[in-house]
Amino acid sequence: MIDVKHLSKSFGDHLVLDDISEHIYPGEKVVIIGPSGSGKSTFLRCLNLLETPTSGSITFEGTEITDPKVNIDKIRQQMGMVFQHFNLFPNMTIRRNITLAPVRTKLMSQAEADDTATALLKRVGLEDKADAYPAQLSGGQKQRIAIVRALAMRPKVMLFDEPTSALDPEMVGEVLDVMKELAQEGMTMVVVTHEMGFAREVGSRVLFMDGGHILEQNSPKEFFANPQHERTQLFLSKVL
Amino acid sequence: MDFTQLYETFSALENPGFWQDAYMKFYRAWFEADRWKQYFEGLATTIQVTVMALIIGVVLGVVVALIRTAHDQQRLGNRNPFLGVVNFFCKVYVTIIRGTPMMVQLLIVGLVIFASNRNKTMIGALSLGINSGAYVAEIIRGGLMSLDPGQNEAGRSLGLGYFDTMRFIVIPQAFKAILPSLGNEFITLLKDTSLISVIGGKEIVYFAQAVITRTYETMYPYLITAVMYLILVLIFTWLQGKLERRLRQSDRR
Repeated sequence: MIDVKHLSKSFGDHLVLDDISEHIYPGEKVVIIGPSGSGKSTFLRCLNLLETPTSGSITFEGTEITDPKVNIDKIRQQMGMVFQHFNLFPNMTIRRNITLAPVRTKLMSQAEADDTATALLKRVGLEDKADAYPAQLSGGQKQRIAIVRALAMRPKVMLFDEPTSALDPEMVGEVLDVMKELAQEGMTMVVVTHEMGFAREVGSRVLFMDGGHILEQNSPKEFFANPQHERTQLFLSKVL
Repeated sequence: MDFTQLYETFSALENPGFWQDAYMKFYRAWFEADRWKQYFEGLATTIQVTVMALIIGVVLGVVVALIRTAHDQQRLGNRNPFLGVVNFFCKVYVTIIRGTPMMVQLLIVGLVIFASNRNKTMIGALSLGINSGAYVAEIIRGGLMSLDPGQNEAGRSLGLGYFDTMRFIVIPQAFKAILPSLGNEFITLLKDTSLISVIGGKEIVYFAQAVITRTYETMYPYLITAVMYLILVLIFTWLQGKLERRLRQSDRR
């Protein structure tokens, strides 16, 4: 589904991603973990070209999206993204946050988009917040809305960039529950997270990144029971 | 008893008192020969010049701010050379306008560049607009740069294009943030229209000075001018306050 070949990214002369090749298959739930500064967020943001790779290529469903001639907006419409800090639009109601993109990209009429928004909000238990503004919601509610906003575009893959890192501990659960539900429905997901429990329970594959490389990858069960690389062992010993 | 009768009564006095004298001077500055009409003629010009300069200033300001922000927010190692050249000219423009006095700019534009053009009011408006554009550009640029880049990223990640993201997400939020400074700039602009009298623009000060040459009395014409500007600014401040309250709707908690 997403094919990454020899991806490198540097900011100035600081090399963040060093020659990464990876493939993400349909239906997979890939969980990326690693210490901060390891390049995992940059890797995720390269997948929908929020960061422009310095070299290498990324192919999404047969289209090479790193080609400058590709209309990246069309590609991004099929890739949902959820951010650490939610990034809801504070100047709009929740309903408009959700419906803006489907309507402006002509994916849906306003009426269809409104129906979609209502249905999705009901699913995450926030249907009564449709006319509220983001400032009136808690962090957990905001992040659930952000997930709904991305889902309203009917994406083929969802990218999560540390979706629970900015939340109060007691709100982490409600967001993870929504993500688990999404995983059970068969959504292809790439998740950068520090939630080891989530990685173990939901992930179909765990990637461990450090220093701009994918040092190790395995099924969650094997990965946590039997880490191979020394750096992985050290990392896991600190976070588990 | 109307104003003229009162004036004639006072003029007949041999030794008018302080208030009687004041009334007579005011009468000559305002009522005599229907001079109040001249002030209002000047007021109309002032408003006209302000609106024209405002439009020129905002258009110039938005264009310059978008160019400069687009240039500054480029990622390292992937710079657009064309944008670099345009950005350079924008920087020169802002530097020259901010680095020289408004009055000197007005004299150069009005009496050097357009020396032979008689419509000094329009030239004044043009000159003020060009001046205001540089300040508005910096205000808007500040607003755009202060906005969390995550807002832009969220819009783009949903598949919205650059212009839709600007129009629905970035600009409304930036506009709300800069409204107080923008209002401040517009008030400055409104008051700076008084300067165009130095090149012969026919606004309030121009007519006040015309009255002075007839009555040889400076205090009241200038006081009247000051009060007229003050009223304009008060009206504008009130309108701005209303707009700000409307935009605060999404801040409710």
